[in-house]
Amino acid sequence: MSVILIVEQVLNGLQFGVMLFLMAAGLTLIFGVMGLINLAHGSLYMIGAFAAAATAEVTGSFLLALAAALAAAAAAGAIIEVTVIRRLYAAPHLNQVLATFALILILSEGTRWVFGSFPLFLDIPDILSGTVTLPGGIQYSLYRLILIATGFAIAIGLWVLIERTRLGIQIRAGENDREMIAVLGVDISSLYTLVFALGAALAGLAGALVGAIQSVQVGMGEPVLILAFVVIVIGGIGSIRGALVGALLVGLTDTLGGVFLPEIFKVFMEPGAAQRSGSALAAMGIYVLMGGVLVWRPTGLFGVRRCI
Amino acid sequence: MHLNETALNGAILLGLLSLPLYALIVDEPYTITLMTRVVILALAAVGLNIILGVGGLVSFGHAIFFGIGGYAMGILAYHAQTFTILDFGLFITDGTRLMPVIWLVAMAVSATAAFLIGILSLRTSGVYFIMITLAFGQMFYYFAISWPEYGGEDGLSIYVRNTFPGLNTLAPIQFFAICLVLLCLALYIMARLRRSPFGLALNAARQSGIRVETVGIDPVRLRLLAFVLSGTVTGLAGALYADLNRFVSPVMFSWQFSGELIVLIVIGGVGRLMGPVVGACVFVALEHLLGGLTEFWLIILGLILLGIVLFDRGGIIGFLTGRAGAHV
Repeated sequence: MSVILIVEQVLNGLQFGVMLFLMAAGLTLIFGVMGLINLAHGSLYMIGAFAAAATAEVTGSFLLALAAALAAAAAAGAIIEVTVIRRLYAAPHLNQVLATFALILILSEGTRWVFGSFPLFLDIPDILSGTVTLPGGIQYSLYRLILIATGFAIAIGLWVLIERTRLGIQIRAGENDREMIAVLGVDISSLYTLVFALGAALAGLAGALVGAIQSVQVGMGEPVLILAFVVIVIGGIGSIRGALVGALLVGLTDTLGGVFLPEIFKVFMEPGAAQRSGSALAAMGIYVLMGGVLVWRPTGLFGVRRCI
Repeated sequence: MHLNETALNGAILLGLLSLPLYALIVDEPYTITLMTRVVILALAAVGLNIILGVGGLVSFGHAIFFGIGGYAMGILAYHAQTFTILDFGLFITDGTRLMPVIWLVAMAVSATAAFLIGILSLRTSGVYFIMITLAFGQMFYYFAISWPEYGGEDGLSIYVRNTFPGLNTLAPIQFFAICLVLLCLALYIMARLRRSPFGLALNAARQSGIRVETVGIDPVRLRLLAFVLSGTVTGLAGALYADLNRFVSPVMFSWQFSGELIVLIVIGGVGRLMGPVVGACVFVALEHLLGGLTEFWLIILGLILLGIVLFDRGGIIGFLTGRAGAHV
């Protein structure tokens, strides 16, 4: 195993991790502030990707495509919040799960109706394609490096937003005591719509950014959604910091496990069997990680112990 | 007008029995197969109803047990049909084509899986539990896909339906009868269970875990037992479903199926004895009627679901009997 391979895979893991972070951050924010479990978050990811692919096809501009993804996902999020989600904040979890499951059905099939069943493709713009040479002579995709940088930039931006701005104070206050901040004159329902749209925009952005390296198709959101749940369980519900750490752990475990587990198995097994059991076990790696965290800390690494 | 729930339950069972008999007389085997599907889905949902309706825990991973049941049937029958040996290290067998044996294996493996998953996921509750069960479901799904011995992503076809001593399982009505008897058995056990000390304690633990704990009962152990029972019943349904289609694939493990099971229960009425049965009838009918109308029938199903959730009336049974159901 060469150093180059390890560095490459670590970078791939980081890239996967920061994209998961964009999903998990929105989910955890929405849960923390409104106490809502949103299964339709994966649909917002898909909407972002489709908006980007459609815009790129018409205009040919990647930047416009990203802007369209952000706008479409945020708008879809705001509409969903005002029409459906708003009625669910006080409802039991079962109702939240069902209503958002219904939203998945409507949004997925609606997208299939508009765009058809065939996947769309979103190309990486020429300036961002190609590779760069990292110190040590390692060739690595420029676009993926930019994804990693974007993810960390957004993580810092979210931190500034929540810790250093007036809106952030309101969001944190909303997590602690929604009635109190309503009494203090904050318009709680537009705050909720805003937080939901912000989470949706992050998901839409992730969908568009990942859409350029994978195909854009109906149902692309839900596997990512479930991974984002694993991230939240590991990091702790409601904690952005937990979402970042959890996302990086999951991204690295999944990527490195898929590459290195078969290699490790080859040490004491014949190659064919090692490849098979290695990759089957690697598919389970992140869930084993989740199980371990649950045994060690049932509320997640950065979770607060509270009654849910 | 509000109906008596017991009378309603009797009418539902009668309908479930008479429709296939009618289909047999007018010679419409497809209707019998459709009704068999209803009965098997209902059985799977009866299983989920133990933990969801009585226990109050939203398991979004019950496809795990459905899939395990399916693969238990698939693997045993595959070895029997190819005359190869199944070597699990601890025991060696040539597989089997006998339904009762397959059912026992399906239930035993499902119960074991439910125990292990339960120990981990019941350390938490609420949304955590939903997310964790969903995640474990995905783990089994990907494991089934990346496991090439038994078909991987393509699944496994079984050429002939498995056998039951004394019956011809190839006749649709006889296979239907087997499934219906098992469903009635599960419903009977469920009815007894809800009145037993265990069921009452589980019900109380849903309403307040802390109160149950103060009278000296450990709610986690109650829930673990309920989760194991729940998974066992759903596992049996999975084995039957695989036999109905003579095919298993990773799709049986998919999160969509877990969601559909919850949908069945909510349509019928959460925590109701016959809720899953009514839900399964309505679901299969909708799938059949709307599916014939438009290929985008899931949009309509989604809208109906939204309506049910936003104007919560305790499902169809709750609506007909005029009594709100258990709150989760």
